[in-house]
Amino acid sequence: MDLNFTPEEEAFRSEVRSFLAEELPARMAEKVGTGKHLSKADHEEWQAILNRRGWLASHWPEQYGGPGWTAVQKFIFEHECAIAHAPRIVPFGVNMLGPVLIKYGNEAQKRYWLPRILDGSDWWCQGYSEPGAGSDLAAVKTSAVRARDDKGEHYVVNGQKTWTTLGQHANMIFCLVRTDTEARKQEGISFLLIDMTTPGVEVRPIITLDGEHEVNEVFFTDVRVPVENLVGEENKGWTCAKYLLTYERTNIAGVGFSVAALAKLKQIAARQKKHGKPLDADPAFAARMARVEIELENMKTTNVRVIAAVAGGGAPGAESSMLKIRGTEIRQEISSLTRRAMGVYAQPFIAAALHEGFEGPPVGPDEAAPAAAQYFNNRKLSIFGGSNEIQRNIISKMILGL
Amino acid sequence: MNFQHTDDRRMLADTLDRFIRDKYPFATRDRIAKSPQGFSREIWQELAELGVIGALFSEADGGFGGEGFDIAVVFESLGRGLVVEPLLCAVLAGRAIAAAESGAQKQWIEKIIAGESIAAFAHDEADAHYTLAHVQTRAKQEGSDWVLSGAKAVVQHGESADVFVVSARNSGTVEDEAGISLFLVPADAQGLAVRGYPTIDGGRAAELTLQDVKLPANALLGAPGAGFATIENAVGAGIVALCAEALGAMDEAKKATLEYLQTRKQFGMFIGSFQALQHRMANMLLEIEQARSAVINAAAALSAERVVRERALSAAKFSIGRIGTLVAEESIQMHGGIGMTWELPLAHYAKRLIMIDHQLGDEDHHLQRYIELGRSLRQ
Repeated sequence: MDLNFTPEEEAFRSEVRSFLAEELPARMAEKVGTGKHLSKADHEEWQAILNRRGWLASHWPEQYGGPGWTAVQKFIFEHECAIAHAPRIVPFGVNMLGPVLIKYGNEAQKRYWLPRILDGSDWWCQGYSEPGAGSDLAAVKTSAVRARDDKGEHYVVNGQKTWTTLGQHANMIFCLVRTDTEARKQEGISFLLIDMTTPGVEVRPIITLDGEHEVNEVFFTDVRVPVENLVGEENKGWTCAKYLLTYERTNIAGVGFSVAALAKLKQIAARQKKHGKPLDADPAFAARMARVEIELENMKTTNVRVIAAVAGGGAPGAESSMLKIRGTEIRQEISSLTRRAMGVYAQPFIAAALHEGFEGPPVGPDEAAPAAAQYFNNRKLSIFGGSNEIQRNIISKMILGL
Repeated sequence: MNFQHTDDRRMLADTLDRFIRDKYPFATRDRIAKSPQGFSREIWQELAELGVIGALFSEADGGFGGEGFDIAVVFESLGRGLVVEPLLCAVLAGRAIAAAESGAQKQWIEKIIAGESIAAFAHDEADAHYTLAHVQTRAKQEGSDWVLSGAKAVVQHGESADVFVVSARNSGTVEDEAGISLFLVPADAQGLAVRGYPTIDGGRAAELTLQDVKLPANALLGAPGAGFATIENAVGAGIVALCAEALGAMDEAKKATLEYLQTRKQFGMFIGSFQALQHRMANMLLEIEQARSAVINAAAALSAERVVRERALSAAKFSIGRIGTLVAEESIQMHGGIGMTWELPLAHYAKRLIMIDHQLGDEDHHLQRYIELGRSLRQ
């Protein structure tokens, strides 16, 4: 047993730290740290900085422009970025589609799309969920029918996707579409890349309970998609879909986010007062904080145990379901305590205060503005990326054999 | 034993439920909650005409109710409709004014009951963290006048109030129960600044700053320095109101979630057929029934002697805080993504349930208070 990272890994951590100290714009870290919303330009700027250093595509092999990191290095990098309040990398192109193209794409697709992901030419979004296909993802109905005209062979796509995160910024969407309606449901699905500027694509905002526009519905009406945009074989898209989901889950514990959020909570609890003493001296509140801190300490080790188990390469299997469940529960509990710490000041909500350019004074403590909104927004953590109920099903089936 | 409400109360609740169903569907509520005023004067007036506000006051104060169960039936309905109009203000400020001895001051209650005036309760302060005796706003006597200075936090409907019931300290240190006085401060008083803003659960509140606000002697409610008992009494009625409101909201959240489990299909079947969700739904039902009992206990204890009353109130607010959070979180989770959307009323019930825990003391505060009150019983 040795819980320490190797000297090489520690050296890598220092390298990441000094990179972040030099390259992460203070303005951006401030926004992330204070719970303000990032603009499209902010994301693009940060990803360009990472790309210049060759650290954007941490899951890609070196030959395609990845850094060739081990699982431990990836973990260290993601952790350090989170505690430094770096913007999260918008995962759809670089962490989801990239690995799928590298494994299942043809040479032309890899040559064309991968560099465009790295240099930010394309902003990708994910076309998986549909109104009738949430937890039951294989129930997708959006149809793609092969046709031929004077411009060549193509698919005609009709249907609807939903919960499309940041789809309002995207110019490209990767979709699961149904190409065979006769086959068993997992067997008639294909993986298609769709240009969102094509006629017939319409993006409509979904406003969430915190009043924000983060997710969208995407409608397809007779959308023409060239056959070159099919990834892998027709009707074999489910393989790509599942492969992509394993990547969606690699950082699913979000330990770095929890560490950063807990540090912030402790600052808040030291400043907020009850009976003239800091809130962290209040026995009930201190107990709540201690519970989640202990849970997080345990999770840090569970997380690296899973990583160590796959250190030889590849992505974790059903074990990542444990990380997803408990990792998201911890994040939710920390944001719940942050809200609780605000007392009556959790109620005021000036939406504009969370966006750039707000000049007004805060209502109550500085940290109060995003507290309740983040708590409500974080309810999504136990729903998306395979709901925590689905993760428990996976554990029951894959690990317990029930 | 009889757990039926009286006919009068049942009739009032039915009338109010019907009014909400007809005049206050979710789309209307959403529009009103987002409006610059954060409530509708028209609806407020209609609620007054229906007798909803009068039911919150005793006959001696010009109403026709005022008991714990009167407050409970009204607020349970209001909770079902997510009503944002200033009825809690009426309970808190109205109860405080009712404790006054002078007839001139009591005239405000008449205006509140008639829907003509809005009185807001300006008691909370930054750093109080729900401690009821935490008052730093100062009251100084100058001749026969009073001069108030300080700040009040998150005053519900502060921008729309015609008058404020303001707590201020004329003696003692910050958490002393003795030395707190209550004042009637008109909205147009010199030196009073009101900064309004929306709240996350819909509606509006405000920060109040008082800078040398000069008030005549007759602005004082009750005896100087003896305001704490009045505050506790008003807040006690407010706690019954909030707990009952939460109960109404929980019933609606449960109903919406149950309907969803019975209509949403995944993997070729209704998701309500999955045992994992059935057990959670059963648990939610059980917890809500416990919450209902807590509300009944609190409403029944509202007229009891102090320690018995306050323990039942803290027990209820603790239960509602805990169960309200559970119902909010479980309802969203069982709905999945759709439960996170503004479009769905459920999300707004969830927000209200969570925010009720941020009004008049949260779960932790009331658990501690319950323990302390219990200690005083044994002494």
